[in-house]
Amino acid sequence: MLGLLETGSGFWSAIIWIVLVLVIGSIVIYIRNKGEDSYKKNTEQDKPFISGNPEESKESSHLSANHIYWGFTEALKGYYNPLVKMHTGNINDYSSWIIMLTVIILIVIGVSG
Amino acid sequence: MNLSNHIPILIIAIPLLAAFLVPLIGRINKKATGILTTLALSVSLIFTIALAVKILTVGPQVYVFGATSPSLTLPSGLKFPIRIMLQIDAMSIFMGLITAVISFFGAIYSLSFIKKYDGVDKYYSLLLLLTVGMFGMEFTGDIFNFFVFLEIASIASVALISFRGVDYGEPAEAGFKYMMVSSISALMVLFAVGIFYGQYDLLNFAAIASMIKYSQLDKIALGLLIPVLAMKAGAVPMHMWTPDAYSEAPAPITMILVAASQASLYALFRIVFSLYNISLNALTVGWIIIIFGLLSMFIGVTMAIVQKDIKRLMAYHAVSQTGYMLLGVGVGLAVLANPVALQKYGITAMEGGIFHIMNHAMYKGLLFLTAGALFFRTGTRDLNKMGGLAHYMKYTTIFFIIGAAAIAGLPPFNGFASKLLIYESVYRFNPLLSIIAMVVSILTLASFVKVFHSAFLGPKLPQFKEVKEVPRSMVFAMAVLSCIIIFFGLFPDLIVKNLVHPAVMSLIEQLQYTGTVLGGM
Amino acid sequence: MIGNLPYIAVAIFIGLGIYTLMFKKNLIKIAIGVCLIENGVNLFLITLGYKKGAIAPIYTQAPSGQAMVLPTPQALTLTSIVIGIATTALILSVAMMIYKHYGTLDTDQVRRLRG
Repeated sequence: MLGLLETGSGFWSAIIWIVLVLVIGSIVIYIRNKGEDSYKKNTEQDKPFISGNPEESKESSHLSANHIYWGFTEALKGYYNPLVKMHTGNINDYSSWIIMLTVIILIVIGVSG
Repeated sequence: MNLSNHIPILIIAIPLLAAFLVPLIGRINKKATGILTTLALSVSLIFTIALAVKILTVGPQVYVFGATSPSLTLPSGLKFPIRIMLQIDAMSIFMGLITAVISFFGAIYSLSFIKKYDGVDKYYSLLLLLTVGMFGMEFTGDIFNFFVFLEIASIASVALISFRGVDYGEPAEAGFKYMMVSSISALMVLFAVGIFYGQYDLLNFAAIASMIKYSQLDKIALGLLIPVLAMKAGAVPMHMWTPDAYSEAPAPITMILVAASQASLYALFRIVFSLYNISLNALTVGWIIIIFGLLSMFIGVTMAIVQKDIKRLMAYHAVSQTGYMLLGVGVGLAVLANPVALQKYGITAMEGGIFHIMNHAMYKGLLFLTAGALFFRTGTRDLNKMGGLAHYMKYTTIFFIIGAAAIAGLPPFNGFASKLLIYESVYRFNPLLSIIAMVVSILTLASFVKVFHSAFLGPKLPQFKEVKEVPRSMVFAMAVLSCIIIFFGLFPDLIVKNLVHPAVMSLIEQLQYTGTVLGGM
Repeated sequence: MIGNLPYIAVAIFIGLGIYTLMFKKNLIKIAIGVCLIENGVNLFLITLGYKKGAIAPIYTQAPSGQAMVLPTPQALTLTSIVIGIATTALILSVAMMIYKHYGTLDTDQVRRLRG
């Protein structure tokens, strides 16, 4: 009934995990709700702090898919540029990869068994 | 006539009959084509579940074509089987269940998705033929019969990939590339069949398995079969047809193509484990499959992060998850000759890899269906143009969250259960492999956060003002797949103990496979 | 040596077919390359059934003591030829659709799906 999955070196049970998340989560929410409640609602104190700069509209600050993870792709440019260039889309290259790999595997299996 | 003896052939024959009836009925009434397809596939699903119950309780089953009784494998006076037969054991019925479920929900989803195109009756006929090809590949016990069903599935899927090629050029290009790649692979499989026939004068899997001596010609056949079947499954570095074909096909066909790629993966495992078993050098071949798995995982997920087309991104993830399956089963193969290590972690690694096949079919199918729902309502697949769709399509957002959490391996969904099995057992084989697998899992989560942010989050865009939720049949298909994912995540031990473990044991023990046909010789 | 001649022909067929697939730029030539590989594999299957001094397996009441060539690979080859027809027809019709939309049959330009 508990849904216990035995791996070779331990076990995993999703139901025990959910029960634990609910228990610990409710303790965390209870502690959080005992916070500071002497602030004035719906005034300046309720908004996020952006150092007095004007707040931009939501439409203009939405990142499109090209620009997400720019830092990651820019840092790994030495790995990405040859990799994307290898995916040429040319059909002769597709068959070249297959034939080269078949030859390599035939040699490996023929030599070492 | 006892019906329960003939269930294996009925699972293949009923969709085949329906595939030829659908164009006739399409002349009378267009809507009846979809309903006939769904009926035929639901009958197959019910028969597959009944057969699974029978095989998991009684044992493997054989069905001989053309004999006086369906289990008469050895004709009188002969020591080897000469007729074509279907041989179904626990691993075959595991894959058969996946095929039945995925194609049934693909047909239900197509009821609303494909309505506005021309040639709908041809679409349903080809979908039924593709299902027939997949069932045949998984149930057959004869190596030339496997080649015939492989070609049936390839030809049907090429025609379905270029289904929209009447109006646009890119589906035709994707269809050409897929046809060329699958022609090469099928012809190399036929060459290996020729090598086996020339040596042993037999075409039956179990008969060849009982007589195999690992001669030089057998090494050539193995060296031809491994890269070619791994290519049909989408392993790197022959994976380049996968993003083209999966992105240009209609969304329910992409889901069924994922199951077709996994049928080729099943064929690779069947040939390496049940045909050759310990006669090959398990460490070398195991490491070859492990290296395929590592390359697929890493290159698949790093190429996926930079994509802009939503279905191309998901197709690269399909390549990456195939790497997990190859890694798990490769570790199991590498320790096949070492009984101590096999008991300690080899069986668990294979359980992880094979459980991952079923999990992957479910959550990848769900993700492709949500991408199809986005394309159906907005008309574009480009992530740069989409935004803020969670305001309008609430059900699709929830199903996408469930699918993305499952593929990233977050608890409590089913991806976590199979990935945990793979991590813990592969770590005991070689710690570096397990660390690379965990890094790939983190990058998977990163790329799906990217898709969620670009397509669903954000402010409401003015050009999507009339976008509503998708029709009910599409929501039904996605909802049932989500329920299956949640159920597998909460109770993984039921699936592993009852479905996956018998499948793994039937792959490892070759004597059980040959004994079913040759009568315990 | 002369008995090995069909196997050498098989190797030449498959080698030429693979060369065409890897290096030729026209889509129709690639379709012809697939046909060449398929012909080579069919020839390989038929050659496997040969026995020295045997006759064709077409008698129902054969004269006794007479060897016949193996008939099973002939059945396999017939199936394979029929599958080859379907494959070739489908490849050529997809190439026609590509020509209608792209205007060219050069593989360096039929590359809109890349990356």
